Amino acid sequence: MSDVLTVNKLKAYYIMNYFGTKREVRAVDNVSLTIRKNEIYGIAGESSSGKTSLIKVFAAAMRPPFEIVDGDIKFDFGDVKIDPYAEDKSKVDALRWSHFSYIMQGSMSVLNPVRKIGKTFEDFALKPMGVSKAAFKPLVIEHLEKLKLSPDILNSYPHELSGGMRQRVTIALATVCRPKFIIADEPTTALDVVVQKEVLSMIRGIQQEMGSSVVFVTHDMSVHANITDRIGIFYAGRLVEEGPTKLMFEQPKHPYTYHLVSSIPRIGDTQRRTSLEGKPPSLATPPNGCRFHPRCPIATDKCSQENPELIDIGQGRRVACFHSDKVKPLAEAIQ
Amino acid sequence: MNKLLEVKNVVKKFNTGGLFSNKKLTAVNDVSFTLDKNKPEIFTIIGESGSGKTTLARMILGLETTTHGEILHEGKRVDGNANRSTRMNFMRSVQPVFQNPFEAFNPLKKIDQYLVSTTKELLQIEDDEEVKTIIDDNLQKVGLSHAEIMGRYPHELSGGQLQRTAIARALICNPSLLVADEPVSMVDASLKMSIVNLLQSLRDDFGVNVIYITHDLATAYYISDRIIIMQKGLVVEMGPARPILDDPKHPYSQLLKASVLSIADAGNGQLAPATDLIEIVNRNEGQIGKMRTYEDTRQVREYS
Ligand SMILES: Nc1ncnc2c1ncn2[C@@H]1O[C@H](COP(=O)(O)OP(=O)(O)OP(=O)(O)O)[C@@H](O)[C@H]1O
Ligand SMILES: Nc1ncnc2c1ncn2[C@@H]1O[C@H](COP(=O)(O)OP(=O)(O)OP(=O)(O)O)[C@@H](O)[C@H]1O
Ligand code: SF4
Ligand SMILES: [Mg+2]
Ligand SMILES: [Mg+2]
Repeated sequence: MSDVLTVNKLKAYYIMNYFGTKREVRAVDNVSLTIRKNEIYGIAGESSSGKTSLIKVFAAAMRPPFEIVDGDIKFDFGDVKIDPYAEDKSKVDALRWSHFSYIMQGSMSVLNPVRKIGKTFEDFALKPMGVSKAAFKPLVIEHLEKLKLSPDILNSYPHELSGGMRQRVTIALATVCRPKFIIADEPTTALDVVVQKEVLSMIRGIQQEMGSSVVFVTHDMSVHANITDRIGIFYAGRLVEEGPTKLMFEQPKHPYTYHLVSSIPRIGDTQRRTSLEGKPPSLATPPNGCRFHPRCPIATDKCSQENPELIDIGQGRRVACFHSDKVKPLAEAIQ
Repeated sequence: MNKLLEVKNVVKKFNTGGLFSNKKLTAVNDVSFTLDKNKPEIFTIIGESGSGKTTLARMILGLETTTHGEILHEGKRVDGNANRSTRMNFMRSVQPVFQNPFEAFNPLKKIDQYLVSTTKELLQIEDDEEVKTIIDDNLQKVGLSHAEIMGRYPHELSGGQLQRTAIARALICNPSLLVADEPVSMVDASLKMSIVNLLQSLRDDFGVNVIYITHDLATAYYISDRIIIMQKGLVVEMGPARPILDDPKHPYSQLLKASVLSIADAGNGQLAPATDLIEIVNRNEGQIGKMRTYEDTRQVREYS
């Protein structure tokens, strides 16, 4: 299987100056990973662990003070190979929508408030689709139908739609040109579970039909369970575990992953659930050693001093933990 | 019963299809419920995307007028059609958490400055140190701190940080009613549980009524006292939360429950729709039917 995206030792920080003192938020801290052709790669992790920041790098959507401090990324779309940060911006922009698309978190900002939805579709998708205006509209309508949206919405302004309808419009925009690489940040948070299922299955369908790749960021582990092929778990700016979806749920190897998959509340569950002890670490002054150690139930002295490297443990898995052999399998617990 | 909030036969119609068209869309269709001041509860609204949940919340907050029906707070009319001074009073005791935190904040204003001006205005406090302490206390409740957000603009925070800031803002003036539209849709599992536990403690320890709008059936089950399930502007099932979610009676409620994704077969993409239930739901479409009351006090919409 070939890799579409290769990320190599990437460090990307927000570097700010407060009255002469430099302050860094190390949102992406030494991340290496690859996204393959024809797969859905899920990203989960703590709130503010750098997920959105990482995929902003993928999507060439970085703005100051966010900058790449070290490492690089490379795309290989088959017909085009590109390092988006070495190349001219216009070259990258020419690939947007046709080769890669980006559904931003809370993504309504791509929707111009004073432009009707139909016009927005023309602005973004008409050119990359390469069809006439007359042929374009029926294609868009057909696509909207798959997302359970009526053609009427093309005549609406964004504020006339519900949160979930706007969210589906942005998904429609990002998928209508059937790009090879789709980056989606929390794209289904405002959808009811019935519509969510259909939207996920549409995304899956397009991905399979085109053999494309999808990077799917969400906190909803049940979404990961049902749409992704592999999952990467982030904690405090670092990739702490990665592997095939099934194994990540059945035998998590990192204590934080264990926490994530074991704490999913279910209907019928009334037992008081507690959250992780302690506060999420600050990315400006992260803890020494393993960044999870102040909250880790199995931490030892070593954990507070040394940083565990992300190592290959076979079966397509990588984990960054000194004591991953002590993490219990979860298979029974989640039945 | 000491009525805190009364929603009486509320209807909202929107004009659709442009300025001069008289096509109408009924976003909220004849919704009624009452919240008791002496029996604070978590009142959950669940339903189809586009079924009118946010519109209903906006009418309760007085941000949208009602087409028919009325909304009363402690016996006084407070909907968008009410007079200004009663509304101002009401606005101090009811606080919103809006659905999309990315849209809820003014992008040009620093978050801490916004919180400072809100605190000063709502609590009529001038002392800067005191204001800062109040803000920090409320941010701590949602796992943040004043130091973390100081000097930052909304776009400089992560989705979950923004969402939590919106909750902290709503808590500043100790509201008696909190209207939270999808307050935990963008946070990790751990924070989600701590926020949901916080809502519970607001109810139990501070007597706050909470209207909790969500798509998440599991947290709804975990914290709600009563629930309403909405579809296309109509309430299709309403009553005690756990009996309804354990054993939903309306076909749409059943469809919702059947569509919840499971992690039991992780990695094998179980995304097939519940076609049999979808068919029944579609068959009833367009009919209004009538609410029938069951023994366990729930009301279910039934069709002849
Ligand atoms: N423009 C910015 N300037 C400074 N700091 C920023 C900026 N954008 C994000 N950050 C910080 O970078 C860190 C990572 O944020 P990011 O949005 O990547 O998190 P996330 O993993 O997507 O979180 P969530 O799940 O809450 O959306 C956070 O601490 C955030 O406050
Ligand atoms: N200002 C408006 N003008 C015209 N139609 C509107 C307006 N606001 C909402 N609507 C319509 O009213 C219906 C209900 O919208 P609402 O936002 O209340 O749904 P919702 O239940 O909150 O959905 P979601 O779960 O997707 O957030 C939708 O069909 C929407 O298009
Ligand atoms: S390295 Fe130590 S602190 Fe870090 S996750 Fe593993 S056991 Fe916990
Ligand atoms: Mg994010
Ligand atoms: Mg809504």
